[in-house]
Amino acid sequence: MVQNNFLIQVRDLKKYFYKEGFFSTDKKPIRAVDGISFSIRKGETLGLVGESGCGKTTAGKSILRLIEPTSGQVLFKGQDILGLHRGVLRALRLRMQFIFQDPYESLNPRMKVEEIVGEGLEVHRIARGKEKSRRVSELLKKVGLHPQDTQRYPHEFSGGQRQRIGIARAISLNPELIVADEPVSALDVSIQAQILNLLMDLRDQLGLTYLFISHDLRVVKYISDRIAVMYMGKIVEMGSSEDLFKRPLHPYTQVLLKAIPNLDLSQKRERPFLKEEHRPLPSGQECLFQARCPHSREKCQTEEPVLLDEGEDHFVACHFVS
Amino acid sequence: MPSIQGSEGEDSEAPGLWPGSFTLTFVTDLMKQNLQKSLLLEVRDLTIHFFTEEGVVRAVENVSFEIYPGEVLGLVGESGCGKSVTGLSLLRLIPIPPGRIVSGDILFDGRSLLPLEEKEMEKVRGNDISMIFQEPMTSLNPVFTIGDQIMEAVILHQGLDKTEARKRAIEMLDRVKIPSPEKRIDSYPHQLSGGMRQRAMIAMALSCQPKLLIADEPTTALDVTIQAQVLQLLKEIQMEMGMSVMLITHDLGVVSEIADRVAVMYAGRIFEYGPIEAIFGKMRNPYTRGLMSSIPQLAEKKGRLNPIPGQVPDPMNLPAGCKFHPRCYMMIEDCKKGEPMFQVNGDHFSRCIRWKECC
Repeated sequence: MVQNNFLIQVRDLKKYFYKEGFFSTDKKPIRAVDGISFSIRKGETLGLVGESGCGKTTAGKSILRLIEPTSGQVLFKGQDILGLHRGVLRALRLRMQFIFQDPYESLNPRMKVEEIVGEGLEVHRIARGKEKSRRVSELLKKVGLHPQDTQRYPHEFSGGQRQRIGIARAISLNPELIVADEPVSALDVSIQAQILNLLMDLRDQLGLTYLFISHDLRVVKYISDRIAVMYMGKIVEMGSSEDLFKRPLHPYTQVLLKAIPNLDLSQKRERPFLKEEHRPLPSGQECLFQARCPHSREKCQTEEPVLLDEGEDHFVACHFVS
Repeated sequence: MPSIQGSEGEDSEAPGLWPGSFTLTFVTDLMKQNLQKSLLLEVRDLTIHFFTEEGVVRAVENVSFEIYPGEVLGLVGESGCGKSVTGLSLLRLIPIPPGRIVSGDILFDGRSLLPLEEKEMEKVRGNDISMIFQEPMTSLNPVFTIGDQIMEAVILHQGLDKTEARKRAIEMLDRVKIPSPEKRIDSYPHQLSGGMRQRAMIAMALSCQPKLLIADEPTTALDVTIQAQVLQLLKEIQMEMGMSVMLITHDLGVVSEIADRVAVMYAGRIFEYGPIEAIFGKMRNPYTRGLMSSIPQLAEKKGRLNPIPGQVPDPMNLPAGCKFHPRCYMMIEDCKKGEPMFQVNGDHFSRCIRWKECC
């Protein structure tokens, strides 16, 4: 593998949260992200899927150092960004941007669209004044809004339009990597499809690389080249999106896929089966999924499986790959 | 469906322009007389407006549908289409003012709910008609145990004493498959996971064995794996108890899992209405079509999605004629003139003058 083929490489990334509080005696950390590793090639889209609380958002934010990871490495074009000083990191931030889930909370209600989208241009001293306005109008056009919308406030827009503003902001600095955290989850289905199309068009036009975080497998499959499935802070399966859907190997992935409501009435399948609904915290070295796993055996209770290559770039962490 | 203006069978000749060449009022009246007895709920031309300072929000406009005993009706639509307001209105839970039921009628078991005194209505709520909501954490009281909350309903409505009520509560928790219900009954809502909380809500809603359960986005806040299990539970209990369910959701996938019939709402109106096989297999409305093709299909090869262009219209400023025409790929001049409902065949209806060419 050629090193510089990858835009971003994440190695053994961890983010632990410690309970704070004067009276707190509990020193056990919450392992939100617990040693995940993956790489994304230039121009590729990696989908990060998992249910709420699995650590996917924390992972995305840690990678851009929007929150400080506990340990690990994040190599952006071969350079470890976790050790960088603020000043250097700031320059690098131009290349990496974030799109947030909630278009209602991620835009400052007191700022006009021009200020929101043009803020990065001004902060990084790329453009100001008339040049900034011109660039903002251009960006708005690119994301399907009216160039005249620059003087309006976020509340004057619908959810889908707001998400377009968020996207315009993210692409304003010509980034290479965009981490998109559930960018369509808060939107209605008909609007979801518009935004997904926009994200795909921009990827092709601007040569963007995406880390696409979502809980919705249909959406992730649609937009991603490869998919990583997260469960309780770890990646349990990773492979090309075609392959992962055709032959899901991890029992958790299998349950996830079966749980997707099917629109085709002629294809009613068996219901997914989980032994437990809640996720028990691990007590020792067991597989994190074993308490809920329909196939769990003795070995699963004593030994945690590691992510192994099952061929064709398809990795899975399970002792009994079916 | 009394609001049909022009209608005809699938095989009949092409109609002139709407209103249709002949009206089926007579036939539908006959059908109604036959069905009246077996109907559980009938909503007739329901119109609900909200009178706000900014203007009148026409949330629900001439909505008619019926629910038969033992069936699941799915009410689908995007946010702001009026589906939740419709659901709340069945229990008369719309805030008045600013809301007002401007016209129409809601008949439950043959009796109109609208003229009932508040006291009478309280006997209906939770007893004959129950409701569960999207976010169980906000609809459960955090300072009472789930047992207390289930018992409250049965003591109030069924007149059970405390020991009997507790027994019933444990039974109900067991029925919704909460493990070790005799222990769980004393848990507070925050001690349960999201899926368990929704099960507790269902137990509470079903404790008085209602004839109709209104479920407003019951699985939207849950993870996919839990969502599937809760849906399956709902369906099982519904079949066991022979109760009817009105399932309100934005997710066509959820509807396809458990509904028998579907009403698709847009801008306060029902756009398409019929058995699930008709809506999913032989849809006759471009809006339904648009909703379906907006969802990425797992089986399909990648390509661009076909979204519905534009935005949901502002409810205070709706377009003339068909409310969907500005976004519709089949729009013609006549679409701006009216919005009649057509009978496609039997119990399948579509609000589109070009339903024959669609989809």
